[in-house]
Formats: sequence, structure tokens, C-alpha cells
Amino acid sequence: MYKNIFSRKSLGIPYLLFLLLFVLLPLFVLIYYAFTNGQGEFTVLNLTGFFTDPNTLGTLCYSFGIAAVTTVVCLLLAYPAAYILAISKLPAKSIIIMLFVMPMWINFSLRITALKEILTWMEGRLAYHPFFNTVLGMSYDFLPFMILPIYTTISKLDGALLEAARDLGAGELQAFLKVTLPLSLPGILSGVSMVFLPAMTNYVVLDMLYNSTYIMGSLIGSYFAAYNWNGGSMIALILLGIVCLFTLMTRGIEEENTRGGALL
Amino acid sequence: MIKKAWKSIVIILVLAFLYLPILVLAVYSFTDATNIGAIRGFSLHNYVTLFTTPELVRMILGTALLALVSALLATILGTLGSIGAFYSGKGMASAINTMNQVPVVNADVVTGFSICILLVVVFGVSKDTFLPLIIGHVTLCAPFVFLSVVPKLKQMDSSIYEAALDLGATPLTALIKIVIPQIFPGIVSGFALAVTLSLDDYFVATYTKPATFDTISTYVVNATKGAQTTIKTALWALSTVIFLLVVLFTVFMNIRAGKQSGERQGV
Repeated sequence: MYKNIFSRKSLGIPYLLFLLLFVLLPLFVLIYYAFTNGQGEFTVLNLTGFFTDPNTLGTLCYSFGIAAVTTVVCLLLAYPAAYILAISKLPAKSIIIMLFVMPMWINFSLRITALKEILTWMEGRLAYHPFFNTVLGMSYDFLPFMILPIYTTISKLDGALLEAARDLGAGELQAFLKVTLPLSLPGILSGVSMVFLPAMTNYVVLDMLYNSTYIMGSLIGSYFAAYNWNGGSMIALILLGIVCLFTLMTRGIEEENTRGGALL
Repeated sequence: MIKKAWKSIVIILVLAFLYLPILVLAVYSFTDATNIGAIRGFSLHNYVTLFTTPELVRMILGTALLALVSALLATILGTLGSIGAFYSGKGMASAINTMNQVPVVNADVVTGFSICILLVVVFGVSKDTFLPLIIGHVTLCAPFVFLSVVPKLKQMDSSIYEAALDLGATPLTALIKIVIPQIFPGIVSGFALAVTLSLDDYFVATYTKPATFDTISTYVVNATKGAQTTIKTALWALSTVIFLLVVLFTVFMNIRAGKQSGERQGV
């Protein structure tokens, strides 16, 4: 009898309810607000307004640019470091890995403050180089999130494959390009998604560096400050759409890749 | 030989990029300089300000308390959820898994804004109750607890649970004595992750916090825009204190891990 009242399955119910209430329901509310105006009447003006206003469209393009450049910079810095760390037998390797993890535990706003002080000392007024400073600030903030997944993937890589490539006559560069790089793609992808999406939305970094906000996330902030729930919801919805698209894309490539790996 | 040096240089450069700002700030936090570059004498006044200004102390303690409370709630919910999802039918498991993924991939701005809309605008809950803030942080953290417990459930030897039931244990006892201990490492790392997420969060807090309450993130973001140099340099001290705490914690964890593996080798 007791067994029926208490089962392991029922343990999931509180969390299921929590998710329904605070994850699913907010999304529906978001959709409702995005397609209504202040009086609660149905409208597509929020949507068409977004795609016809040069300001919001410009912000969207600028965010894409910032996010793309930040992702590339992070990748260029992270891949060599992760590769060296995973492949070579450096002394105190575990300590170095901890050093790459530790910044994630330090509050990002304090880390950005530190960067801001340094940059102010070197550059004078930060607003003179907005693009450079934004990319630098975001790379500084997100770099550990790129290093770790790549490091994990490369260090799990089967060393026998590399040996086989060398035995079959591949040079070091060729072995890297044909074996290591393709096999580290899943790590690169998860790193890219951990950097690209925050870089599109994390407007605090810009805000802190030179009091300017000109990326997608900041639009929500400005609507929020103006109590415009409808406009803010539409921006949130569009961002959600971008997130979904991006997740589906990376997942598609990842699956293809694992399938390719299985064929090998 | 040259190659090895080159490798070390890459690692050192990346580490320098990550750590130099924090370290320079740490050095300057012990002076009475108001900006980097100025050379001034040694002083502890930033630390005195940090620990004696009621506003700052309240903000630090509030952030820590919020992180502990929301991480605790998130750990309970996420752990129970992952056990439930693991043992329930395909439909419920995939429903939980899918919804669990939403806050993980979603931008924090969107998560915070949508919870604010739901609770504050639709349901009319006052932000001053701290309810939106705590719910927001639990929503942010619980999915990560869930994700760190699931692998441990998969590794678990399920026959021990069955054996416990056969030997007369009630499902609840079997759960507490058999399942929980086996997945405990996952619960602990989930809790630690939840604490860091809550401590680091800015966006959810901005949209859901009471106007008079500040977390470290929201406070620092506002303070950097202000011109108050005493507060600004006191925050350098805060950054240094947090950095030292993280270093101490890391060293402590490594020593403990080293001891444990040593014991295992000894056996």
C-alpha cells in the first residue's frame, strides 16, 4: 500500500510543476505580450515594427557582428591553449586547468571592473574604441567557457588514431588537420554556443565599459525601463528564436559529426 | 626544446590575459590610489571601507544568503526531478528533459524578463517579497543541478536498490540509504554550480529584485557608472577578497582530492 503512495516516479512531480509554471508558462505569457498592444488587443505591430525600424535592425546586425568577432577571438585564443594543455605533458597540468576554471568563480562584474580600470589607464577614454573594447571585454569574460569544452574533447581523443595517422605517413600538421581538428569539432561547437549567444545578449559588459548599450539584450533593458512589456516581450521572443535556431544548427552539425565518427 | 618553450608561452599569455587585470587591481587595492597608474603609498583603507560601510556589508551578505537559499532550493528540486525523470515513463521524462533545457540554452536576459512579466506583471506579485528573485534564481540554477545528477543516476547500480526492497526496506528508506549516497557527488557538484550561478547572475536579479536590494553584480554595475571613488576602490578590495577566497577554496579542494586518491591507492 505504502509503495503505491510513494514511488520514485512521483518524485519528479514537484520539479515538473515547477518547470511548467516558471519555464513553460512564462514563454506563453511572452508570446501573448509580444502579439498584443498595451490595451490587450491582438497586433503584429511589435513584430513588423522590429523589422522595419532601422534602429532595432541595426542593433541586431551589430550584435551579430560583435558576437561573431568575439567568438572568433575566443576560439583563436582558446584552441591553441586547450590543444597544448591536452596534448603535451606540461608540469603542473592540473594546476593550469584549475587556473583556467577559476575565473568562472569570480564575479564577472568585478572582473570587468578590473579590466575597465586597466583599459582606462592604457587608453584614456574607453568610448573612443567601442568595438575593440566590447570584443575585448566579452572575450575576457567568456574565454574560459571556450577553453574547457575544447580541452575536454581533445583530451578524450583516442591517441591511437594519431599514432595510426603517423604510421600511415601523415606529417604532424596533416595528422592535426585530418584527425585532431575534425574530432575536436564537438568541443568547438559547444564552446561556440557558450560564447556566441551570451555575446549577443550580455549588454552589461558594454554598459560597464563605456556606459553604452547597443546590442540585442540592451533593447529588452530599455523597454523594461520604460515599462513597455509588449515591445520587450517581442525582443525576448526574437532572441529566443535566435537561440532555438542556433541550438538546432549546432546540434545538427554535432549529430552529423558523431555519425561521421561512427563511420570511421 | 624551442617547441616546448613556445607552448609554455601560449599558455602563459592566455593566463596573463585572464589574470593580469585582477592581479593589478589586487595590488592597487592596498594603496590609496583612486585609479590604476598612479603611484601612492600602502594603505588598508579600502578594506576598512569594505567591511565597515553598512551598505556594502548588507549587499555582500545579501548576495551570499540569496545564493545559499536559491542553491538549496534548486538542489532539492533538481535532484528530486532527476530521480523522478529517470524512473518515469518516456513521456514525462522527455517533457522534464526538454523543459529543463530551456533555461540552460536561453539567454539570461530572456529568462529574467519572462519571469518578471509572469510574476510581477501578470500575477501582480510584489518584487519586495523577494519571491520573484528567489524563483528566478531557482529557475536559473535547478536545471544545472538536474544535469549534474543525471549522469550519476545512469552510473548507479540499480540492483542494490532492488536488493534493499527485497530485504524489507521501504522505498523511502531505500531512496535515502541507497540512491542518495550513490548520486551524492552529483548533488554536491550541482549545488556548487548553483551557488556560482546565483553569485554571478546579473540579468535575472535586475529584472526581479526589490528596488532596495542589491546583489554584488547589480551593485557593482551601478557603482562603476557612478563617480564615487571611495566605493569604487572599496570594490577593488572586494574583488581581491573574492579572488583570494576562490584561490583558497581551490587549493583546499585539490588537497582534499589528492588525499582521497592517495587513500584509495593505499588500499
